[in-house]
Amino acid sequence: MSDTFDFDGRAVPFEPGQTVGAALIADGVRSWRTTRGRARPRGIFCGIGVCFDCLVTVDGAPNRRACLVPATTDLPVRSQEGTGHDDLDV
Amino acid sequence: MVRLMTVDRLPEVVVIGAGVVGAACAWYAARAGLRVTVVDRGPVAGGTTGAGEGNILVSDKPAGPELELARLSVRCWRDLADAVEGFEYDPKGGLVVAGSAAALDGLRATASGQRERGVTATEVRPDELHEHEPHLADDLAGGMYYPEDAQVQPAAAAARLLRDARAHGAAVRPNVEVTGVLRSRDGLAGVRTSAGDVPAGAVVNAAGTWGGEIAALAGVDVPVLPRRGFVLVTEPLPPGVVRHKVYAAEYVSDVASDDASLQSSPVIESTAAGPVLLGSSRERVGFNRTLSVPALRRIAAHAVRLFPVLAGADVLRAYRGFRPYCPDHLPVIGPDARCPGLYHACGHEGAGVGLAAATGHVVARALTGHPPGTDPTPFLPERFG
Repeated sequence: MSDTFDFDGRAVPFEPGQTVGAALIADGVRSWRTTRGRARPRGIFCGIGVCFDCLVTVDGAPNRRACLVPATTDLPVRSQEGTGHDDLDV
Repeated sequence: MVRLMTVDRLPEVVVIGAGVVGAACAWYAARAGLRVTVVDRGPVAGGTTGAGEGNILVSDKPAGPELELARLSVRCWRDLADAVEGFEYDPKGGLVVAGSAAALDGLRATASGQRERGVTATEVRPDELHEHEPHLADDLAGGMYYPEDAQVQPAAAAARLLRDARAHGAAVRPNVEVTGVLRSRDGLAGVRTSAGDVPAGAVVNAAGTWGGEIAALAGVDVPVLPRRGFVLVTEPLPPGVVRHKVYAAEYVSDVASDDASLQSSPVIESTAAGPVLLGSSRERVGFNRTLSVPALRRIAAHAVRLFPVLAGADVLRAYRGFRPYCPDHLPVIGPDARCPGLYHACGHEGAGVGLAAATGHVVARALTGHPPGTDPTPFLPERFG
């Protein structure tokens, strides 16, 4: 029985050392954010921390690179819309 | 044996430098009916243009020759944005803020002189600052709003102007390095390049921070030196977080300073794509490209001082560039009486994007023998003797 993290309210399993992005892909999730301009779906692209395409909200902090953040049981992951900074909109 | 560079038709004008200044020179010259060839030893916008923020400012220039050039450039950029689209021209206005009563007094004095020259500058009381910038720190002494300040994406501006110049007959040759000049009895007769000779009646030195090297090839002294600056790029933020070009009153004195050590004052603006650009730093360290953590730290701290909300924003990356500065902080623009056929369009320091349009206009007017829209005398290269 592997560990899991919370992704948008459901449990996603992960292996020790696996990144959030890798665990999501392994679980069949292909996209976890939408773009700022046209709300297009995005997930893993480069997979090595360069392209900033796989952004996701981790433990309330937006724009984490899913391909770099190690999955842990206590950090909830939320899919992200746009900048993820709606809190700053005025 | 003379080897000629392969071009469809021999140019009348060779522009050295495919940055935003060279692009503007090429655009205005091509539109004036001249056959233009642009050469650059690297790609389009590969030098300081590609390392800038894209500011078109009247606000940071006290009354004087550079302000006159900036006022002309504001009008020229407006025309360029109408004629050539696609470079994120945004007449967003500038807000200069003062952290102290003394700084506010300085702002008022600067604005007073600028108003006499026709610049619109509106004082903003401390309690009105948030109407302009809702996220601005709430302990500032006041500010000055300049509706004429604008912004472009500089690399896109260079590329679009060059594309449009090509549609009007210009040739653009990246990765072609100028290695010497061709001379006739009357003066310059073109340039020698890594791709062959390019005969031309006029040569425009738009080589930016490297303009002094081109001048030296022609045997004249133009003292352009590098002044390093860093910019931090944040993660994309909602459009309303930073609305105008916002900077601190201290920025103006930093620019005018002759101090070689690190100077830093906050200059902040959002971009069309969402990231916010955080500047600025000034250092005289030659062409040293080493990332300076102290400079980045100060830029970040100053930005957070003006916009506390930025403390929660991630920085994605930093870039650096080398502003081309002259000892008197004025650009070098116009025909060089010491070397007939040579025209300069370089040395704009940190204002190259903003002043590019007027520079292109002034150079093209000189090339075609027409009077320019501003007094070019203060920028002539003969001032260096």
